[in-house]
Amino acid sequence: MPRFPKPAEGSWTEHYPELGTAPISYEDSISPEFYEREREAVFKKAWLNVGRVEELPRSGSYFTKEIQVAKTSVILVRGMDGEVRAFHNICRHRGNKLVWTDMPREETSGVCRQFQCKYHGWRYDLEGQLKFVQQESEFFDLDKSANGLVPVHCAVWSGFIFINLSRGPVEPLEDFLGPMVTALDGYPFDKLTARFAYRTEVKANWKLFMDAFQEFYHAPVLHAKQSPEKYSKLAQEAGFEAPHYQIDGPHRLVSTSGVRFWEMDSELVKPMETLTRSGLFGPWECPDLGEMPVGLNPAKCDPWGLDSFQLFPNFVILIWSQGWYLTYHYWPTSYNSHIFEGNVYFPRATTARQRVAQEMAAVTFKEFALQDANTLEATQMAVESGYVDRFNLCDQEVLCRHLHKVVADWVEGAEAPAKAR
Amino acid sequence: MALLPTEFADLEPYAATWCLGSEPERYAIRLASTMPEMFAFYAAITPRAEAAMSYLDQFPLSDLSDDATNLLHLLYSLVMVSFPVEAWSQPKVPDTGATTFECHIEPVP
Repeated sequence: MPRFPKPAEGSWTEHYPELGTAPISYEDSISPEFYEREREAVFKKAWLNVGRVEELPRSGSYFTKEIQVAKTSVILVRGMDGEVRAFHNICRHRGNKLVWTDMPREETSGVCRQFQCKYHGWRYDLEGQLKFVQQESEFFDLDKSANGLVPVHCAVWSGFIFINLSRGPVEPLEDFLGPMVTALDGYPFDKLTARFAYRTEVKANWKLFMDAFQEFYHAPVLHAKQSPEKYSKLAQEAGFEAPHYQIDGPHRLVSTSGVRFWEMDSELVKPMETLTRSGLFGPWECPDLGEMPVGLNPAKCDPWGLDSFQLFPNFVILIWSQGWYLTYHYWPTSYNSHIFEGNVYFPRATTARQRVAQEMAAVTFKEFALQDANTLEATQMAVESGYVDRFNLCDQEVLCRHLHKVVADWVEGAEAPAKAR
Repeated sequence: MALLPTEFADLEPYAATWCLGSEPERYAIRLASTMPEMFAFYAAITPRAEAAMSYLDQFPLSDLSDDATNLLHLLYSLVMVSFPVEAWSQPKVPDTGATTFECHIEPVP
């Protein structure tokens, strides 16, 4: 008997019949040719999150984002009018990358009044207008007003900055995000500004790592050594079941039940968890963040654990019941590698005790993520061998099934524009 | 020159090694330490951790003196070594080979 009720169809997977229940192929994760199609059809078409408004605190604040999968670099900047804008990071004169420090391929950030090209000194204002050309009279019919920085579609939702690299018109960001994601409106992301940021390159296709974090079926096994033996044994015997899965357009959500560690026998928690009153699920003392938005905890679980919103294509917002949240970004660098970024956001601690509890949660997060990341390299190698080409997914892995289907739909849809998506 | 508040003079022998202000430094010293070194540090700090937090909670977190900040960093290092000591009996989390996950931004303090 399942611990949580399943939909009337008998399973979450069958509740979304377009997904099917057959074993799936990972050809989309081992094929250089498919990766080339994905670049055009997914990463140059979908809205991509590149950061938060807190990273651009005032007029003139900027940062650059390398989007290797789209072969471009983008400048994000807050203008004199307070608006956040995005531009391709390229000078209109001879094509030099406009904003960078020592290393041409590395991201940078800072505050400035104008952007000046290192090569010949052309200058652009914060709104992208070309303002100064060195020895302008030497040029032929140069129209400065027609040679501003090339804009990138840019929009902000709940403080998250998104860009879209399409050359033509695009669907409004909130339409793309849809009702399931925008039901998070009102979550106090702007109050959770104490940030830990992590980064690594993973030698696996980006979708395989997304799969790792959109199912928790693996958790009692892969992470068994993280907990006292007695807890691990109980967790493995119980297995994992989510009370709720949801799919809305290209996006998906898993919600989990919580654990009241503070009520548990001391043999089931680590001494440092008891001492710091914190652990994987976050600080045991939950800050008062006011009323939560309607889109959170859709199964109304008590205790509730977390909601993991998987935003197509490569962005995750994971909100914990204990008043903190994570984001994940998966930036492809080749068919079998990507940059993985993890961010952990807490309310700013006012006491040392709160801060130590946050440290415990952040360090625990890193140790779990290391185990997940290392497993992915092993999966990539094994799948690339090609000797097994169909893989069995259970009902707790319904979201993995959906991601691979949506990517295939976008790729095929883009290549056959006559067919409706 | 003492690094820690006088109330925690007994922990001074650990201060020079373990009062580290950034996660990359704390993570690196964990990987570079032996299990006996970490057991000794853990055994010395753990019984004093509750007193250390109570002491630090007398002051606003945004305005800690240098010696109080060192004590806070010592607690961060205690968190860092607790994983090998309490769970894995090895400096690096099991099954992670050459994988890294670098922390490049963290709240201060």
